Amino acid sequence: MKKLIKEVVETFGPSGREDKIREIITKKMENHVDEIKEDSMGNLICIKKGKGPKIMVASHMDEIGIITTHVTKNGFLRFSPVGGVSPVRCIYQRVIFENGVKGVVGIEPVKKLSEIEFDKLYIDIGAKSKKEAREMLGEGFFGAFVNNFDELNDLYVAKSMDDRVGCAVAIKAAEKLKKTDNEIYFVFTSQEEVGLRGAKASAYNLDPDLGIAIDVTGSADTPEAKKMPMKLRNGVAIKVKDRSVLVPKKVKDFFIKVAEKNKIKYQLEVLQYGGTDAGAINLTKSGILAGVLSIPTRYIHSVSEVLSKDDVQNTIDLLTKILESDISKII
Amino acid sequence: MIDLLEKYSNAFGVSGYEDEIREVIKESLKDNVDSIKTDFMGNLYGYKKCGEKNAKKVMVIAHMDEIGFMIDGVTKNGFLHFRRVGGIDPRILVSKRVLIGKDKIPGVLGAKPIHLQNRSEWKKPIPMQKLYIDIGAKNQKKAKSYISKGDYATFNTKFEMQEDVLFGKAFDDRAGCGIITEILRGLEDDQHYPVDIIAVFTVQEEVGLRGASVLAEREKPDYVIAFEGTTAGDVPDPEKRDQSPSTQMRKGPSITVMDRTTIGFRKLKEHFERTAEKNNIPYQYKRSVTGGTDIGVIHTKGGIPSIVISTPVRYIHAPRGIMALEDYKNTANLAINGLKNFKEVL
Repeated sequence: MKKLIKEVVETFGPSGREDKIREIITKKMENHVDEIKEDSMGNLICIKKGKGPKIMVASHMDEIGIITTHVTKNGFLRFSPVGGVSPVRCIYQRVIFENGVKGVVGIEPVKKLSEIEFDKLYIDIGAKSKKEAREMLGEGFFGAFVNNFDELNDLYVAKSMDDRVGCAVAIKAAEKLKKTDNEIYFVFTSQEEVGLRGAKASAYNLDPDLGIAIDVTGSADTPEAKKMPMKLRNGVAIKVKDRSVLVPKKVKDFFIKVAEKNKIKYQLEVLQYGGTDAGAINLTKSGILAGVLSIPTRYIHSVSEVLSKDDVQNTIDLLTKILESDISKII
Repeated sequence: MIDLLEKYSNAFGVSGYEDEIREVIKESLKDNVDSIKTDFMGNLYGYKKCGEKNAKKVMVIAHMDEIGFMIDGVTKNGFLHFRRVGGIDPRILVSKRVLIGKDKIPGVLGAKPIHLQNRSEWKKPIPMQKLYIDIGAKNQKKAKSYISKGDYATFNTKFEMQEDVLFGKAFDDRAGCGIITEILRGLEDDQHYPVDIIAVFTVQEEVGLRGASVLAEREKPDYVIAFEGTTAGDVPDPEKRDQSPSTQMRKGPSITVMDRTTIGFRKLKEHFERTAEKNNIPYQYKRSVTGGTDIGVIHTKGGIPSIVISTPVRYIHAPRGIMALEDYKNTANLAINGLKNFKEVL
């Protein structure tokens, strides 16, 4: 699991430019499913065939990033966020672009931290002039942040745990899954960070009976953290609500029942902000049942997202058991 | 080409009340399409088939609604209260002329003259809630004989041309409406595009992409291309900050890589880049990610490959925009050539 998480979090793939991560996940899934396809949005759809109800598992493979908007007269690049990127968290981070060019985020002199906005930031790619910068990189190039995977005691830290850890969970569940009648679509969705777009398109095409998003969620166990029920090491978080979805009660209750029956450590998630692919799936077509299994994570949307490996294992276990269950009673 | 744009720009059509512009467009289209229809939302469709069986369907869209105002009250002295329809900066409104309702009653957004203001009032823009429209009515009764609550108003702006530059209201998105009309007119009698063209002029874009949200289900297009009049930010900056102008006038049509609602599909982006290069048409990217388009609510219905192509316009969402004729011509040229060789995408 550790090796897998390290590999997927360190791979490039901001929203709309998921090619590399898609390729890696394809290789990991090849032996565990019956069919793999890609749609026009860039979603990767891995199908385990069955005669029973259709379950869509959505883990988004895109990550937050940046896009270049302007080359300055001295050869620096202005940029805009791709997804929920905070300007403060960008400062002095390293980035890499779709064509391999690397850069560092710099900041103009500011008097107060509250003045920090994207128009005060720029990317230094080491170009000597505007001309050279243009040869290396133009406007409209996507970039991602760079950081290595590491361990902190029993915790993991990396960039883009959101939501590559969800991708790893889906891969592991596909690997472990025993025989089931359910037809399962493991969908590694695109463009979640810019508005749940891949999942929306994919749910529209697949029209499943149940959608399950696997994603990270907040954690309230750090100094002065906002009050929330979720904590690291307390198990897989079964979502009750976030800003995008109120999980249908029977879906949430079913997930709890499966966890209790299989003695899988779980906690409930109530999130005041943020959304997941489940929100998009839920409102597709005439409405699709959807729920979420989340992994509590500290410092989401920074280059050092921290989570517990035990929670990840619990999530894999619960997802596997849910997928092996007879869901005909809830749909 | 310019006459057409003039008619489109001058026509009334605030979101929710697109009747006049729809009739104007319908009239301009009728000789260039196989059939025309309107749906219950008010979207206008023009179809041009290529005659081949199982041809791919390319939907070209532009929104025909414009930003404006809605009257929501008449004071006892006969002044009008109003709300904004769509995104308008209240600071630009004072003293602007408007036309109200079906009968196009002229009015002005009044304000106290400088003589009657105290010094502190000079320093701040007049807030939205203190603005009103004055039609010169004697009293409430008189005003109500001309105006009803719910009447729409738009800027009173006449289209003008000065050398190679066009001035007018609502280039967002009457420029796009013009481009689509040029696409339908852009063929010789014996020519046809290699795809079926569905031209749609949408309603209520400015209030939340509402007209367009029914299109994917109704028409099931294979590709969508939206044409917009978009922000040109190449205007004086007192701070001289080295920032993106989003787009620049006279630099050609802009192709959107990413905006608030869509990441342009690479296949289409590259197709239009190639088309521009092959035909020596200048082009630029839209270098800002703000603003959304109708594409946002269309492309996620299953993942329909889409792209936005825009003509740069200075001062959109204001009484008078400025657009370079060469940019408009180049956009039409790029659109027509891109569709003529659309086989390369299929």
